[in-house]
Amino acid sequence: MSGRFGIHGGQYIPETLMNAVIELEEAYNHYKDDPEFNRELTELFNNYAGRPSRLYYAERMTKDLGGAKIYLKREDLNHTGAHKINNVLGQALLAKKMGKTRLIAETGAGQHGVATATAAALMDMECEVYMGEEDTKRQALNVYRMKLLGAQVHPVTTGTSTLKDAVSEAMREWTRRIDDTHYCLGSVMGPHPFPTIVRDFQSVISKEIKEQLMEKEGKLPDAVLACVGGGSNAIGTFYHFIPDESVRLIGCEAAGRGVNTAETAATIATGKLGIFHGMKSYFCQDEYGQIAPVYSISAGLDYPGIGPEHAYLYDKGRAEYVPITDDEAVEAFEYLSRLEGIIPAIESAHAVAYARKLAPTMDPDQIIVITISGRGDKDCAAIARYRGEDIYE
Amino acid sequence: MNKIQSAFAHGKAFIPFITCGDPSLEVTEQLVYAMEKAGADLIELGIPFSDPTAEGPVIQEANNRALAGGVTTDKIFDMVKKIRKNTQIPMVFMTYANVVFSYGIERFIKTAAEVGMDGIILPDVPFEEKEEFAVTCRENGLALVSLIAPTSHARIAEIASAAEGFIYCVSSLGVTGVRSEITTDIGEMVRLVRAASDIPCAIGFGISTPEQAAKMAREADGVIVGSAIVRICKEYGADCVPKVAEYVKSMKDAIREL
Repeated sequence: MSGRFGIHGGQYIPETLMNAVIELEEAYNHYKDDPEFNRELTELFNNYAGRPSRLYYAERMTKDLGGAKIYLKREDLNHTGAHKINNVLGQALLAKKMGKTRLIAETGAGQHGVATATAAALMDMECEVYMGEEDTKRQALNVYRMKLLGAQVHPVTTGTSTLKDAVSEAMREWTRRIDDTHYCLGSVMGPHPFPTIVRDFQSVISKEIKEQLMEKEGKLPDAVLACVGGGSNAIGTFYHFIPDESVRLIGCEAAGRGVNTAETAATIATGKLGIFHGMKSYFCQDEYGQIAPVYSISAGLDYPGIGPEHAYLYDKGRAEYVPITDDEAVEAFEYLSRLEGIIPAIESAHAVAYARKLAPTMDPDQIIVITISGRGDKDCAAIARYRGEDIYE
Repeated sequence: MNKIQSAFAHGKAFIPFITCGDPSLEVTEQLVYAMEKAGADLIELGIPFSDPTAEGPVIQEANNRALAGGVTTDKIFDMVKKIRKNTQIPMVFMTYANVVFSYGIERFIKTAAEVGMDGIILPDVPFEEKEEFAVTCRENGLALVSLIAPTSHARIAEIASAAEGFIYCVSSLGVTGVRSEITTDIGEMVRLVRAASDIPCAIGFGISTPEQAAKMAREADGVIVGSAIVRICKEYGADCVPKVAEYVKSMKDAIREL
């Protein structure tokens, strides 16, 4: 069966979209090994997005935690401020080669929407972004950035008005208009071939970590950490380490107010096997398969599912997934800001939070790499409000 | 002749869709009887799903209303059991893969067949994924209805030759919901089905008026109407039964003699 990761993945989508995903798969299989395509993409990565991103030794954090040596993979330094640009440049270039003139996308925190709007501006394509109305409020600055870049932003008011509803609405829009439109999906989720395409474009993260750490330390890390919503920066961080069994792969899920409450988005901790948004994977749902209204302070991790390859890595015991609460994430957000002068996205702060627990249990000759998937400017107003301070954005 | 085929035996078939539990399961039950009397040939019962990605706003909202009212898959099975004491009209479920999967595919299909359903439509299960459900459906004598869309083209032959019950011919791009005009070449889609199979074709998505129904029915074996009926259910709530019956009659009358 095509596009499966163990039992996960697949293509559970309306018939109307089947030829579109088949066409996408054919195009991707053609271009992924095409030297000209790869030359253009590398050019965009290096000269537009600013790759390779830095691997930074966090000396103060390492000393403070008194255990493993900590490196930060600085995806926050990419153009547009997050890892999302890696995938978007790849997909937009592919869409352009396929003759598409319009990109549509869902967005949670707004980082993927901003990245898509950016690529659309660069490549002279139309762009429409679907964003839960709740998230347009939490991330008003990103809404303005998308508009500034020439995109149209559609607030989604169905369901819980968050990321899952934005995905549903973008899928609906794709069934309405297929010929000239590419759905630029933002995470390693949805129907095949999206989980594979997005992973491949994000795998540059682990490719670089491996090379950079080899240069600095001459060895592999002992653990790599990344936050997981759908899981694109995490799979990008894990991918080239999957065959290296000595490297622990740790995904940090958004536990919201705790995995024992209903206000959580920790899929591995609280979900069960299901079929939704085109894929078989783990989902937060009730006993009748109704998708749960999940919650996290982080709009980017506020999703009731996880990408199928993560579900597979979990089944195999190759990757571990740990829940991090809002409180822990906010503390880590402040911690990294004060200690290293780096304000991480609240999403990435979930990975920082787990590193604070893990590093002290490890030896000083061991190495942890944390992917800082995005920068935290967008979150400052929300964190201020969380701390009871009402500021204007 | 199985029961679904018998729905296409009295001229062009009229196939109404309603969402179970909107506004209540008691009203859903009464709607089944009233629609049969008004001329419906086959009834689609929607099992609500929290995130129905193939539906437009009208049916999305009906799903939300039904779920908010406490409807569950088990309560719907109980309702069908009651309905089957009073009518043998062909009925199929329309729901999403996760509703069936989470209940347990085998447990769901077995129960559906036992309570008297004749088929099931899963709009998020395309040809490539259908075997996971189809095997159990075949074992239990439930037809897993296949859909074709305006974008299906060369896929139609393959889909039609493996189809069971009837073919759900999606009239337009996009999601369910009333449309002022349907521009797809339905005749061509139906011809491609006919070349591969003699299975009946029913057209759905966007149809709301008797004129549209007649136009579509000339090209196929039946028409499916959902959003237009669900709108009546929303407008009249618990008093919707006679209004829906009146509407169903007007639609069946428009296609009966074609």
